[in-house]
Amino acid sequence: MSDALLEVSTPLEWPAKAQAEIDELLGHYANRRSAILPVLWIAQREWGWIPPAALLLVARTLGLPEPEVFGIATFYTMFNLRPIGRHHLQVCMTLSCSLMGADRLFRHLESKLGIGHGETTADGRFTLRRVECLAACGGGPCMQVNETYHENLDEAQADRLLESLR
Amino acid sequence: MSAARGPLLFKDIDTPGLTSIDTYRRGGGYETPALVLGKKSPDECIEIVKASGLRGRGGAGFPTGLKWSFVPRGSPKPKYLVCNADESEPGTFKDRELMEKNPHLLIEGMLLSAYAFGAHVGYLYLRGEFAYIQRILERAIGEARAAGLLGDDVLGSGFKFEIHTHLGAGAYICGEETALLSSLEGYRGQPRLKPPFPAVEGLYASPTVVNNVETLMNVPCILRHGASWFRQWGTEKSPGTKILSVSGPVKRPGNYEVAMGLPLRALIDELCGGMRDGLQVKAVIPGGSSVPPLPASLLDTGLDYESMNAAGTFIGSGGVIVIDDRTCLVDTLWNITRFYEHESCGKCTPCREGTYWMSEVLERLEHGQGRERDIDLLNDVADNINGKSFCALGDAAAMPVMGFIKHFRDEFEHHVTHRRCLVNRRRDAVLAEASA
Repeated sequence: MSDALLEVSTPLEWPAKAQAEIDELLGHYANRRSAILPVLWIAQREWGWIPPAALLLVARTLGLPEPEVFGIATFYTMFNLRPIGRHHLQVCMTLSCSLMGADRLFRHLESKLGIGHGETTADGRFTLRRVECLAACGGGPCMQVNETYHENLDEAQADRLLESLR
Repeated sequence: MSAARGPLLFKDIDTPGLTSIDTYRRGGGYETPALVLGKKSPDECIEIVKASGLRGRGGAGFPTGLKWSFVPRGSPKPKYLVCNADESEPGTFKDRELMEKNPHLLIEGMLLSAYAFGAHVGYLYLRGEFAYIQRILERAIGEARAAGLLGDDVLGSGFKFEIHTHLGAGAYICGEETALLSSLEGYRGQPRLKPPFPAVEGLYASPTVVNNVETLMNVPCILRHGASWFRQWGTEKSPGTKILSVSGPVKRPGNYEVAMGLPLRALIDELCGGMRDGLQVKAVIPGGSSVPPLPASLLDTGLDYESMNAAGTFIGSGGVIVIDDRTCLVDTLWNITRFYEHESCGKCTPCREGTYWMSEVLERLEHGQGRERDIDLLNDVADNINGKSFCALGDAAAMPVMGFIKHFRDEFEHHVTHRRCLVNRRRDAVLAEASA
């Protein structure tokens, strides 16, 4: 973990719309703690990633100790605790996709973009990541770009897709 | 409208606009709650589902009606229904299609199931990657609420029921029901000791039933048409249909709803159109990557709980992964084991350490650096995980290792003695040739 994770510059506050969403969410559960995943998702949506100041804000919002929030945010793989590119290329490497050529697709993307797993292009456009099974096994190889699934991808289709993502 | 893709859950699945409540109702949707709520007693509903023989479709195959009957009647605590939509077993992608295309059937199934054991709140726990499905479900829940099918007084019956969706954030372990409950309560998704089982002490230490998406979607037709109607499909001990997700180099991969008991060979050769040209079946993982594989010689095994168990494996979640004859099984097993190593939650030692060591040993075998005793070492490590880990993830990691070595030991030995693959081809090279 880089030192950046521990640095908190300016405290953050929820934008009004996010605060209203959180207030509504809290009513869904028997206690505030249960709302931690949805509240972390809201933080990620608001800031594009979850900066240290947002972790502190989540802790304050839910009345939880900060290390607890940090421990939970790091347990799950989908919370970005450092900035990522505009297009998050998540390539499934699990068996079914692998049988259909995911390894080759991933190597192609690495060489095309000049970045490896977990890295972001210098222009901030793409972050490349190997992920485990996306529940798209019948359409392997599969890559999820932000929230959108792209299935049956060969190298040529992947190239066209990258072109379309500005 | 295209032809029906299956008798029950897939009957209308490709109807355009099925995600809207009006289209869903035109096909007979939401007729059952009016016939059940306040008309049949909850106990009657449980008895019908028990008699139908419906078993959990998420993997374990536990009888659904029996699970509901474990919820204590007189408990002063609230009761909860949790829908497990974490769909994360490698090879399985049925719940995704079901929810994406027919969200109202899930809502109807949750409503009727909740009525049967007296839950007034339902949580729908989706894996984090399904954010777009959460939006589809939220829209459908809003429509159902506006139509009086959810809320404080469902269809004027006096029964109260509300559904909340909840998005996970990337953790295979959260498909395990107690880990899912920990996650839903805002903790790390780590499993809890059973007993107490969730039916007695689940969410917020209250009686909770956790059911899979496909299981819940079977409930409306069972309560509507009865147990014996449902039993016209499947076998005596495995009634009904199962949605099988087929992946790997077959001609037509995808989801297929079939009557339980269909031979694996018929699924692959007939429904999926057989293997891609030039490839033969070498092995099939019939129930998601957690179950032992079957060699091609056992393709006549029926796709039902008992037949699969008799063949030494499980129908599990129905994730059928077909592996061709030009794929290296050492490489395949290494891929599977890496998954469990990555997904082990770290709570217990056999799983946390064992999955790591199995991956290490498979890596050196794959790279021609294996030693003769490594094959027995793999079996030994797997044996020290299987049944000795805190939850089923450890078993899930151990069973494929033992199964692949049992059926394909020669390939592993070839890696040791010749320091290379028996088939001498990596998975991606095979496809490059096939598509050339």
